[in-house]
Amino acid sequence: MSAPPRTATEAVEAIRAGQLSARELWLACQAAATDDELNAFTWVADADDGPNEEAAALPFAGIPLAVKDLFCTEGIPSQAGSRILRDYRPPYTATVVRQLLDAGASLLAKTNQDEFAMGSSNENSAYGAVLNPHDRGRVPGGSSGGSAAAVAAGIVPWALGTDTGGSIRQPAALCGIVGLKPTYGACSRYGMIAFASSLDQAGPLTRSVADAALLFSKMVGRDPCDSTSLAFPEAIELPRSERLDGLRFGVPDELTGEGVETGVRAAFEASVALVEQLGASVERCQLPHAPHALAAYYLIAPAECSSNLARFDGVRYGLRVDSQDGSLEEMYSRTRAEGFGAEVKRRVMLGTYALSSGYYDAYYGRAQRVRTKIAEDFRAAFERFDFILTPTSPTAAFELGARTSDPLAMYLSDFCTVPMSLAGIPAISIPNGASGGLPVGLQVVGPAFSEPRLLDAAHALELAHADRVKTIALPSPLRFEGNENGAAGARE
Amino acid sequence: MLDRDQVLHVARLARLELTHDEVERMSRELSAVLDHIETISELDLESVAPTSHVIEIANALRADEPRPSLSREVALAGAPAVAEEGFEVPTPGS
Amino acid sequence: MNLQPTIGLEIHVQLDTRTKMFCACELSFGEPPNTRTCPVCLGLPGALPVLNAQSIHFGLMIGHALGCELAPQSIFHRKNYFYPDLPKGFQISQYDAPLCRGGSLGDVRIDRVHLEEDAAKLNHVGVSGRIHGAGSSIVDFNRGGTPLVEVVTEPDLHDAEEARVWLALLAATMRQLGVSDVRMAEGSLRCDANVSLAPAGSGELGVKTELKNMNSFSFVKRGIEAEIARQRALLESGAEVVQQTLHFDPRSGNLTSLRSKEEAHDYRYFPEPDLVPIAIDEEMVQRAREAVGELPATRIARYEHLGLSAEHAHQFAFRPALGSFFEAVLSAADGASPRELATWTAHVAAALGERDPDASALEPAALAALVALVGAGRVAAGPARTVVLARLLSQGGDPARIVEQEGVGALDDDAGLADAVAAAIAEHPDAAERLRAGNAKAIGPIVGHVMRATKGRADGGEVTRLVHERLGL
Ligand SMILES: [Mg+2]
Ligand SMILES: [Zn+2]
Repeated sequence: MSAPPRTATEAVEAIRAGQLSARELWLACQAAATDDELNAFTWVADADDGPNEEAAALPFAGIPLAVKDLFCTEGIPSQAGSRILRDYRPPYTATVVRQLLDAGASLLAKTNQDEFAMGSSNENSAYGAVLNPHDRGRVPGGSSGGSAAAVAAGIVPWALGTDTGGSIRQPAALCGIVGLKPTYGACSRYGMIAFASSLDQAGPLTRSVADAALLFSKMVGRDPCDSTSLAFPEAIELPRSERLDGLRFGVPDELTGEGVETGVRAAFEASVALVEQLGASVERCQLPHAPHALAAYYLIAPAECSSNLARFDGVRYGLRVDSQDGSLEEMYSRTRAEGFGAEVKRRVMLGTYALSSGYYDAYYGRAQRVRTKIAEDFRAAFERFDFILTPTSPTAAFELGARTSDPLAMYLSDFCTVPMSLAGIPAISIPNGASGGLPVGLQVVGPAFSEPRLLDAAHALELAHADRVKTIALPSPLRFEGNENGAAGARE
Repeated sequence: MLDRDQVLHVARLARLELTHDEVERMSRELSAVLDHIETISELDLESVAPTSHVIEIANALRADEPRPSLSREVALAGAPAVAEEGFEVPTPGS
Repeated sequence: MNLQPTIGLEIHVQLDTRTKMFCACELSFGEPPNTRTCPVCLGLPGALPVLNAQSIHFGLMIGHALGCELAPQSIFHRKNYFYPDLPKGFQISQYDAPLCRGGSLGDVRIDRVHLEEDAAKLNHVGVSGRIHGAGSSIVDFNRGGTPLVEVVTEPDLHDAEEARVWLALLAATMRQLGVSDVRMAEGSLRCDANVSLAPAGSGELGVKTELKNMNSFSFVKRGIEAEIARQRALLESGAEVVQQTLHFDPRSGNLTSLRSKEEAHDYRYFPEPDLVPIAIDEEMVQRAREAVGELPATRIARYEHLGLSAEHAHQFAFRPALGSFFEAVLSAADGASPRELATWTAHVAAALGERDPDASALEPAALAALVALVGAGRVAAGPARTVVLARLLSQGGDPARIVEQEGVGALDDDAGLADAVAAAIAEHPDAAERLRAGNAKAIGPIVGHVMRATKGRADGGEVTRLVHERLGL
């Protein structure tokens, strides 16, 4: 390998050009995944199971892909980070994974995650916390923390994650990579072990905006197995824009003020200046109901999860803990008590309460109305603006254990990402310099099905940001720009 | 805001066995979260329709055409307890 | 105290779609356990439901037949509770936005008609070797996810027999629509009854109880009778009826209270986020309207107008397969009386039992031709039924040829018949004597002898006439 590729797009090109063999890349990535010290993986393929010769002719040329644990993969452990699904091997494969494999990706690994995607730090995994490759004392973000850490560390070119309230964008920001949450319905949810059905979306975690576009282009489409999926109205091309001329960006007061850490705010302000330098206009705006998004989210998501997780009952698959008195009731409640971790229990309890007799209207019903107002706020904003800009996370990566005893503080990590999830609109997080030596993300948000334009704008920003991106040195088959000297550290 | 009895009632609905400590902790933590959530009770949402789906699709129907089912072997492969060609459970109510 | 019962019914009927409600597994009819399942109907992690279009079509047909208002927009809800026959921990059902509302069947008003998925089957197998000392059950998911329509009536019924008759009418209507076979013994129709008693004319309803899961017309009747008697005894002794859910055991006739768990009614309904709303358009409504044929009540009236006996009119109206066979015979027949054709259709039904005429070799035109042969005196009614019809049912063919091949044609040889009569009288002198003495019944053995001798080909009336003639009576 003369000049190792830095991104998936480059790796595909190198294989096409005969400069790299898919097999060689597979073996390098497989070795790195096997040696992983970040606890990013819950399963790694055998070295022998790599791509064959024909794969090179397919769009993804056989390059390796890591997939979040909660995607069902036939015959391969799909545990959703939970003890209740330890070593569960489904008899079928999730639609998006199938689509990516059909496009020539090679399944290298399943990635660690917060249990059932509930968490913002990846500390809620039954398979242990994931470490942030930039600082191993810190969290990678969650819930797609394993995918983010693996991509950031250069172990895999790209990975699949899911985003319910920020679970792709926030770990992408905390690990200094790109993460796209698509429009709700753009990608099939069939075979994704559900957290909150009306919010869950699959999306790419990648090392460049072009990679995100490339992976996303094969993820979209109406799936007859998912009633809530839609045909994407246009083809997804690789982004090429270098300028933002004539575009209008809105910066909402509600998501950029109080609660945003100083370093994050400085990085955000720098990127606003950059947007203007690239020819766009930037104006402040209001999303009046955005401050209530977290409350609505922490009712809707737990309510749906309390119902989605009812199927884990020790009957058809997964863990069973027999009762002492031989009763069915005790088998249920002991199985679930031992199978679920603390955060899952908390949310199941919260959601059960929010739906229970006498509380539905005050909690779940109200939250759904707040959701309507939040979607209306965005619709109004997009009449004036092409895109909305916010920091992705109000803070950079925090220390392991720092928020585990305070659920509310943990929930506040999702402050900037949850409103878009409730509105079902696309949002991308791209690297945006650093705060205190740690990566920070910039979130660009567009109206439903605006991904092609969103990716274009993000691409222009990425180019302009190139010298502000936090870099990292790891024994990796892939390289980040500025990696040649082997020195770790931020170039701010 | 969520007292011990309520926690136990909700845990029963959710089929979750909680230890004594967990009941206490749940009561404390859920109350804190619910306090935060209370902010939405101040909003005037009288005339606002609830949103269950952010996408506007209707019907999404499937033609009534059979596809092959799983073999019993595959269907039962992950079951914790199997007997007589089926999933074994403690008899309800016993 | 004159206490009047008030009864409302909730009926679940399995729909005869080819596949389940939310997945492409074929419906199961006694297949080996757990061979009709997939990730969706096993509730595997990550699986999602997709609604069967035919179940909506059937639901709209039922709504149309019952004169309901069809909701332009309806949605599914999740009904959350834990039970081993419920793979997802919730049932997908309809709650406050059902497919159809209002309507009526006969004198009984309909409250609502909605769609939902059936639960799986739980078989109790007794003590398990594995779970120490406890009973063990086996779950078979073949039935899980079968589409059900739930019909809820207003409390418009007032006694058990009335409830039984109305339920039979509903079942016949479902069969007639072709949306369900309604095989009760196999559990494809299950009925819950809400029963209360109040002083007649008080205009108020008493405390009601709910009888769960009765799966035969006669159990419904007996269950309601038992519950009315129980409530009557309580109220007449000055006690109160307690609101509860009861199970009727048809074997012992006992009513037992189903333990009411404190959360029994906290189903935490919320809109099913994995499905999208059902928006009924004009084309769907039109298609359902066209698919609804003639309903039983209309059909009975038409048949009676044609001159059929009330018994045959009911029989054909309530068994659509028989009704349409009769109609085919009627249109193939040339001038025969509908009443006569109906009698022969009823013979067919009697010969076939539970089987439908379509499943036999008999063609409607062949039956019409046979009736014509009988009418023309070419074959006597007896052998026409026992010999010709029997062969038509098993092998089909042309009745005239069968008459010929079997040698059962009516005797047109008068001399031969007269000889047979003479021989019979000679064989039975005692009977002839009693007949002469005025005992009309005594002709039996003589006619019987003639019939045996002619293999039933002789016309009974003609034989009687000849016997009387010969004895000078
Ligand atoms: Mg029901
Ligand atoms: Zn199925």
